[in-house]
Amino acid sequence: MESTRHKVMDLETAVSNFVHSGDHLSLGGFTINRNPMAAVFEIIRQHKKDLHVYAHSNGQAVDTLVGAGCIGKLEIAYAGAGLFAPTCLRFKSAVESGRLIVEDYSNYQMTLRFMAGAMGVPFLPTRSGLGSDIIRKWGFSASDRATDPKLPDKKIHVADNPFGTWGDAEKLVFVPAIYPDVTLLHVQTADTQGTVRINGLPFTDIHQANASKRVIVTCEEIVAPENLRRHPEHNHIPFFRVDAVVHAPHGAYPTACYGHYDYDPDFLKSYATAALDDVDYENHLARYIYGPENHAAFLALIGQERLDLIAASAETGYAAGLERK
Amino acid sequence: MASYSLREMMAIAAARIIRDNDIVFCGTGISMLAAMAAKHINAPHSIIFFETGAIDSKLLELPLAVGDSRVMHGASVNGGLADAFATMQHQWWGSRVIGIMGAAQIDRFGNINTTVIGDYHNPRTRLPGSGGSCDVASFVGRTVIFMKHQKRKFVETLDYITSPGWIDGPEGRKRAGLPGGGPEKVISDLGVMGFDGATREMYLEGCYPGIAPREVTNRTGFKMDISRVSRIEPPTEEELRVLRTVCDPHGLILETPEQ
Repeated sequence: MESTRHKVMDLETAVSNFVHSGDHLSLGGFTINRNPMAAVFEIIRQHKKDLHVYAHSNGQAVDTLVGAGCIGKLEIAYAGAGLFAPTCLRFKSAVESGRLIVEDYSNYQMTLRFMAGAMGVPFLPTRSGLGSDIIRKWGFSASDRATDPKLPDKKIHVADNPFGTWGDAEKLVFVPAIYPDVTLLHVQTADTQGTVRINGLPFTDIHQANASKRVIVTCEEIVAPENLRRHPEHNHIPFFRVDAVVHAPHGAYPTACYGHYDYDPDFLKSYATAALDDVDYENHLARYIYGPENHAAFLALIGQERLDLIAASAETGYAAGLERK
Repeated sequence: MASYSLREMMAIAAARIIRDNDIVFCGTGISMLAAMAAKHINAPHSIIFFETGAIDSKLLELPLAVGDSRVMHGASVNGGLADAFATMQHQWWGSRVIGIMGAAQIDRFGNINTTVIGDYHNPRTRLPGSGGSCDVASFVGRTVIFMKHQKRKFVETLDYITSPGWIDGPEGRKRAGLPGGGPEKVISDLGVMGFDGATREMYLEGCYPGIAPREVTNRTGFKMDISRVSRIEPPTEEELRVLRTVCDPHGLILETPEQ
């Protein structure tokens, strides 16, 4: 199929076509910013299960997927939602009760793993983690790894510098590449063919997309290709890497999207309260995810008044003066 | 003398460690407050940067996470995680970075745990994980660690070594293959700890006003040298003014209960 084809579709179609139970899924964004929440909610509505999820530092997207029972295994550096939940709460209870198996890395190690996937090399080296338990303790056992063709046989590997002492490093940590089946990103702007422009910090989104077989992009705004091609130096992901472009305004809500809206402190606080109790949490999912039939219905439930409160000011890119206590 | 909270004392004790022209890496919460306070008080030319990739952000409002849009506004460069960590791993620039972070457990050599309490495969308490902490602790010249001073947090043996400190003594980092540098100070709610130049073991450097060294010993799970202790000066009026009116006017961190 032409990679320049029109890739705009609704979120139901994108998730149904490109995300399957058991897939290895990577999540863009960072803790409480540009998490692909609309896509995550749709994955939950479509009851996708046994997902193997990769992220560096993620908060709301990971925790909601864990809470809804969609994740089988998780490889991550950090699960937290800033001061709203220093440790993600459903993640915490799932690990403590043995329902979720986690493989721990550091943020840089995860970033390098996505970069290796994007570069087409099996691993990349770093000096991070020498002397730590990240190297000694494995979440997935060697026997589980040996039987799963989608996992490398080793979590991580330490070896002598093959170039002697060149670069003043005697030992290096090698981290394995990640090749996700699908990556979910929420961005400010995409064109109809899939070219992506991110404003503010891109985090590791570009490497995550480039490492992935398939990419679903939800965005605040869809524009014509000639519009983004006027300033290609401001663009981040080329169209042929992207499979689906979905117009999902407020698609990162309740996390932030620089230049468009802030995180919603009220929603994040009420989520954190509900997440402390199994019944309250089920009610939260029923009300906000299973109740509304799609993203538009979810936003209608949140209401324009809340969305107006978190609207970003043009000057700063966030909601200056927002009540956050 | 103005009255002040322990949280304020801790933020100022850390801010005083930051030198002018330092490149400051900071995590979420009180470490961010300390970095902002230093920038406005004793280290106006320090450069604050975040693991998310924002460099020298214009922090008009206090970010509630290192991924907060508030770190993106007015930055010199909005890079990404790859750029931020590469700066810290860089042979020359990394040694100029001071990293400020928090932890759930610390041992006498300044190794820290932010991953699990209990067995890794069957944890009593699951914590958020390394984030950038292991990277920072591996790479940079100096680290400062915020701790709540309790026996179960200052422990003989960590449940999990998330981020390496001096490992097991003066040769520990070299043997592990890590670059030079390591933990410089620990800031707790009782005082400030340093690390002995010869043994790399934690010792009590100073207590906050009204705190006896005995209290530190009582609340530490390993033997700590208290013979070199001095009294830490309380925050000045000016330090408190900056902290309360410039850095955190809404009490987002100063008035939030300890997590």
